Amino acid sequence: MDVTITINGEEHTHDVEARTLLVHYVREHAGLTGTNIGCDTSSCGACSLHLNGEAVKSCTVLAAQADGQEITTIEGMADADGTLHPMQQAFMENHGLQCGYCTPGMVMAATSLLEENPNPTEQEVRIGLEGNLCRCTGYHNIVKSVLAAASA
Amino acid sequence: MIPAAFDYARAESAEEAISLIGQHGDESKFLAGGHSLLPLMKLRLAQPTVLIDIGRLTDLSYIREDGDVIAIGAMTRHMDVENSDLLAQHVPLLAHAASHVGDPQVRHRGTIGGSICHSDSASDLPATTLALGATYVAQGPNGTREIAAGDFYQGFLTTALAADELLTEIRVPKMNGAGWSFQKFNRRAQDWAIVGVAAWRRNGDSGIGLVNMGSVPILASGVSEALSSGASIEDAAAQAPEGCDPTADLNASIEYREHLARVLTRRALEEASSS
Ligand SMILES: Cc1cc2nc3c(=O)[nH]c(=O)nc-3n(C[C@H](O)[C@H](O)[C@H](O)COP(=O)(O)OP(=O)(O)OC[C@H]3O[C@@H](n4cnc5c(N)ncnc54)[C@H](O)[C@@H]3O)c2cc1C
Ligand code: FES
Ligand code: FES
Repeated sequence: MDVTITINGEEHTHDVEARTLLVHYVREHAGLTGTNIGCDTSSCGACSLHLNGEAVKSCTVLAAQADGQEITTIEGMADADGTLHPMQQAFMENHGLQCGYCTPGMVMAATSLLEENPNPTEQEVRIGLEGNLCRCTGYHNIVKSVLAAASA
Repeated sequence: MIPAAFDYARAESAEEAISLIGQHGDESKFLAGGHSLLPLMKLRLAQPTVLIDIGRLTDLSYIREDGDVIAIGAMTRHMDVENSDLLAQHVPLLAHAASHVGDPQVRHRGTIGGSICHSDSASDLPATTLALGATYVAQGPNGTREIAAGDFYQGFLTTALAADELLTEIRVPKMNGAGWSFQKFNRRAQDWAIVGVAAWRRNGDSGIGLVNMGSVPILASGVSEALSSGASIEDAAAQAPEGCDPTADLNASIEYREHLARVLTRRALEEASSS
């Protein structure tokens, strides 16, 4: 079936099987490999991207469900001239990443969180990111990064 | 992990969804948010041959006041239940329970109708709506009918819905200022409850729903009866595991679940009685 999705402002149409997951559509058909697959069981959040402005786990959404909709991936966060999104900048400045595997998902979940709650407390950041796992940082600097981005 | 192949059809109206499922029969399934069905399909524990996507039925996404009841469209997402001012005012227990479902990403996709139709006894909203005395509205090829939550859950992942019936609305009585509490015990963030309790109390009346204490969500009516005949919270809560049939798994033995049901029911009733 033809599935048309606007990804980072650009319209994509690909003929895919109905069972194609959104994360595979993005990585394999649109060629945007910034969105990672970690657990593949909707637990880790590595595959988080924005569907119509809200963070979702793209390993648990069919591409067909996003047909005609808009998504933003980590590739769409920085400006065209390379200026990082404030959340990316905050992760960089606060050492919010080590290996970086969880980072695209963390950035997408964290920007969605600030969209809903622009001035979260530390506790609200921790709860708001409960769907994202990081095996490296111990979360401390991730939380710091999100708080820094909120006050940026 | 990729689901087994299936055909996909997107319904534009409730009537079309019902007619499509009628045409495709037993091997077809409705797809709402997909946050219970797709994980099962990826594990190949479910292999429907046709998915009828009801995700675009936005007219089934609403929260409205209707006399003594708050009516919630089946396609209302957990996030919208959680953030509803109307529910915060009239059915705060349900809004609060919805905020405990999974994580924000899950709540952006999963729907209250999907949660109820999936009828996992470990899920939060079946037991909560049961405790609140909700009624579910189902639409089929021959019209609509109302099913009391108490008659809906019939066995492990089995409900009173016919295969060609669509859940359209959840009708929840207003709590009218009742005290309430939602106790969810789990070991990791974002997890399902090992045991959970949704409770409300107003004068002599109460409702207590138990999460993950058997193959279906359970209404602890023995506890309510004990309370209304004057038992202390402690004594009433001791009856919580009665009539339950919990299973053992890696998280908890049967005895531990029974213990949790007693302790969490006591805590829930204490909180509900003080608010
Ligand atoms: C990582 C993760 C964590 C989670 N944690 C929790 C948790 O802590 N607590 C909790 O309660 N839940 C949890 N869930 C489950 C979540 O609440 C699901 O969203 C919900 O159970 C299913 O809703 P859905 O809209 O996604 O339904 P779907 O997955 O689309 O459908 C589920 C079933 O219901 C049927 N169905 C759906 N809508 C209708 C309808 N209107 N009429 C008739 N049949 C219908 C479908 O055919 C299917 O069989 C979690 C899910 C994930 C992925
Ligand atoms: S890969 Fe999607 S949640 Fe882990
Ligand atoms: S930085 Fe390595 S998993 Fe998070």
